[in-house]
Amino acid sequence: MLDLRLYMAQRLSALIMAPLVLGHIAVMIYAIQGGLSVAEILGRTQGSAFWFAFYGLFVLAVSVHAAIGLRVIAHEWVGLRGMALSLFTWATGLGLFTLGARAVWAVTFA
Amino acid sequence: MSKPEQTLDVTVWRGTAAGGELETHKVPAHDNQTVLDVVSWIQHHSDPTLTYRFACRVGMCGSCAMMVNGIPRWTCRTHVGKVVDEGKLTIEPLRNLPVIKDLAADMDAFFDKWVAAEGLHHPTQSRQDPIEPIDATTPARKQANAGIECINCAVCYAACDTVAGNPEYLGPAALQRAWTLLNDTRDGARATILDAVSGAGGCHNCHSMGSCTQYCPNELDPMSAIAGVKRETVRHALLRRKDA
Repeated sequence: MLDLRLYMAQRLSALIMAPLVLGHIAVMIYAIQGGLSVAEILGRTQGSAFWFAFYGLFVLAVSVHAAIGLRVIAHEWVGLRGMALSLFTWATGLGLFTLGARAVWAVTFA
Repeated sequence: MSKPEQTLDVTVWRGTAAGGELETHKVPAHDNQTVLDVVSWIQHHSDPTLTYRFACRVGMCGSCAMMVNGIPRWTCRTHVGKVVDEGKLTIEPLRNLPVIKDLAADMDAFFDKWVAAEGLHHPTQSRQDPIEPIDATTPARKQANAGIECINCAVCYAACDTVAGNPEYLGPAALQRAWTLLNDTRDGARATILDAVSGAGGCHNCHSMGSCTQYCPNELDPMSAIAGVKRETVRHALLRRKDA
């Protein structure tokens, strides 16, 4: 249930995610070393265009990547097809994007 | 002095597309016998109504493939001693294909997909043209040569878990054929083949699990061929966009 378009979208989103995952893990390890508080973390992310772009892009790539991956599983293991499969793919992608985008907005510009 | 006769417990699948069941036969064991010998013994001596398919008996025709203890194999080239499990053999029709009767699978879907993947020759010359010399040493020709020994036995197709989960998927044999033609300088339908393998059931569905390569009796490598087809579709799509 993957054509060239979906295959490319999944590979490109993986390409974007790879460095972002490493950056994310590095930041997590760094953040807990010195015992940063929530207020200190928010102090660095609030109003930061860099962290907005970093995690905004991350959320976008994850939404595309996971929606296509789950689409394949839903087709091969659950037997979803046609319109139901398309709806599932879009709902997963948009759902993940909404959750992620809310979180990014909350720690940067909200 | 004769040895006491050893027997095998051979369970064969009996039935049609409407359904069926497993049936066990006692078959004399010999030092040298193939799984096809065992199936033939059952038909000759135990149940003449057993249906199965074979032709050459030497691993050339690709018609006797069946599931043997859960693994797709050419029955004519599979020694019983290699696969028997505590004196037991279970023989079933090829997986991922409908059954015609008993051990004979309906190969139509397999061959239809071969054609759907444009796995047929698209000539660039007519019989009036002189024979084109082919350089056997080019990298493309070596890739093409790697796949041409496929005899359409459908062992890879039966082994493929992606086909099992996604019946539209073209499968390893058809895609390997597409890769062979893409690398053959005598084939003139590159774009047609790439379009044919890029649809909803195309090469991009392959998860590279490798059962095709693992079980191919000819030791071909369809998994790598499919990876080649994927790379070529991406390259073609990017170049086409640039040309547009």
